[in-house]
Amino acid sequence: MSLTRLTALELSNKIKAGEATVLEAVEAALDAIEKREKDVHSFVTVDREGALKRAGEVQKLIDDKTLTGALAGVPVAVKDNLCTSGIKTTCSSRILSNFVPTYTAQAVENLEAAGAVILGKTNMDEFAMGSTTETSAFGVTRNPWNTAHVPGGSSGGSCAAVAAEECFYALGSDTGGSIRQPSAFCGVTGIKPTYGTVSRYGLIAYGSSLDQIGPVAKDVADCAAILEVISSYDKKDSTSVKREDTDFTSALVDDVKGMRIGIPRDYFGEGLDREVKEAVLAAAGKLEEKGAVVEEFDLSLVEYAIPAYYVIASAEASSNLARFDGVKYGYRAEAFEGLHDMYKKTRSQGFGPEVKRRIMLGSFVLSSGYYDAYYLKALRTKALIKQAFDRAFEKYDVILGPAAPTTAPRLGESLDDPIKMYLGDIYTISVNLAGLPGISLPCGVDGGGLPIGMQIIGDCFQEKKIIRAAYAFERTREYRRCPITEESKGGRG
Amino acid sequence: MANIISDETIEYVGILAKLELSEEERQRAKKDMGDMLDYIDKLNELDTTGVEPISHVFPVNNVFREDVVENGDDSDNMLKNAPSVKEKSYMAPKTIG
Repeated sequence: MSLTRLTALELSNKIKAGEATVLEAVEAALDAIEKREKDVHSFVTVDREGALKRAGEVQKLIDDKTLTGALAGVPVAVKDNLCTSGIKTTCSSRILSNFVPTYTAQAVENLEAAGAVILGKTNMDEFAMGSTTETSAFGVTRNPWNTAHVPGGSSGGSCAAVAAEECFYALGSDTGGSIRQPSAFCGVTGIKPTYGTVSRYGLIAYGSSLDQIGPVAKDVADCAAILEVISSYDKKDSTSVKREDTDFTSALVDDVKGMRIGIPRDYFGEGLDREVKEAVLAAAGKLEEKGAVVEEFDLSLVEYAIPAYYVIASAEASSNLARFDGVKYGYRAEAFEGLHDMYKKTRSQGFGPEVKRRIMLGSFVLSSGYYDAYYLKALRTKALIKQAFDRAFEKYDVILGPAAPTTAPRLGESLDDPIKMYLGDIYTISVNLAGLPGISLPCGVDGGGLPIGMQIIGDCFQEKKIIRAAYAFERTREYRRCPITEESKGGRG
Repeated sequence: MANIISDETIEYVGILAKLELSEEERQRAKKDMGDMLDYIDKLNELDTTGVEPISHVFPVNNVFREDVVENGDDSDNMLKNAPSVKEKSYMAPKTIG
């Protein structure tokens, strides 16, 4: 059996037991990358040499028992908006196409300290703006389950890489659903933690009040273990929260007796695909069989989350992306007349259409005369959405619903109508606005063979509840391996 | 209700956003922004009278620390990313004639 089939935890156990080496694991992943990248294109950069070199170093630390943790020796893929010292970090944008950070994001440093080996950087929507990974300046990523379809986005490369078994786990970031929606589309598991749980230091900012880094993996246990490692209070991120309860793996318990699960009726209305609806309700049924108390309720305000999000995220993006001006790093236009012309030409040539669209919208809603009508209105709406969740969590331990209204759309179908694409994030976006944790995990496959994902949402700091519910559900079904990984099984000879 | 974005508005937004748009991009931007604002106007259905706007879900306070340098001088490496460098400094086009 190829090592790439193992989960991160299984692999690390094998390595620590001397049944496999870190080098073998890295080579197995690099082989898979070599085989499948032409079809999937999950990576912007593969750091083959760096990974092979690091494998030896990590192996030594495992052999001398310096590294004993759950993820020691496991190769990881990192979304290309997380800075990695000495490895190009592009945000899938032309404007950062040559940027090599001088420091590493805190979440990635935590992983390295735990013995991770970085394989490379994964493709994404440019600056994480998009839901399909089609806005990348370096070409689209394809869904490994069916390469005529998108992997979702913006962490499409991370999720596709995990599904295609090109890595053992990955890091993504989630501003409006960018971990949970592509996880659903690619049949893998991803967590967006409570805002402030994982340091954003070294994450290239999009919507700072919404951005969170999180794990993408084959199963819930891996995700819990990864989250345990990447969570840390960090004084370099002023929104970092001091938490004492980050022992997330303690929640891997197959017991939901008495757990109160709310099913928001508003998540099952118009626009939801029939097969997705049936699969998610069937999943709720499984949890009920295991003793959970499942009840429908009205969450309210669901249709206001997307407009509020686009005002807030675009406003923050217009400010965050002002730093890309062709002076300190990244692309600079070749011909220009004077400083301002250099700024304008650099940015106009360096950013793609979706990024420009959001920077312009953001500049507009923050401009004098419109600030109150749009920006403050959106922040007031955010407050109301938060209150709606607060009321729900007085009654329920977790909220369960679909991760996305459909399975993965075909390539090329989404970008022409931005608002339609934005509507695909209807179940994930409000979670970011309210700062809540959410997990997306597979719960079925549609008639076309594409994965269906469900989402479990918890109250702030209640990751353990969503991990427990997700773990209990996961026990009821087999992991469905992406068919692309079955190719050339056993080799040709 | 429909938002019509004028040439002047797009021009103004272009200045704020420091973007130079081709004629085609300008036309597309007018349509896209109008469509988005129509959609965002949905928020006006909500009565938010007396609701405090929240930017962060948790209270965020200024974080103070002693003014002590903790990081080393990495300027050589940082300058490697610059499009143009002169005498250990970033080079930018002349701003004064």
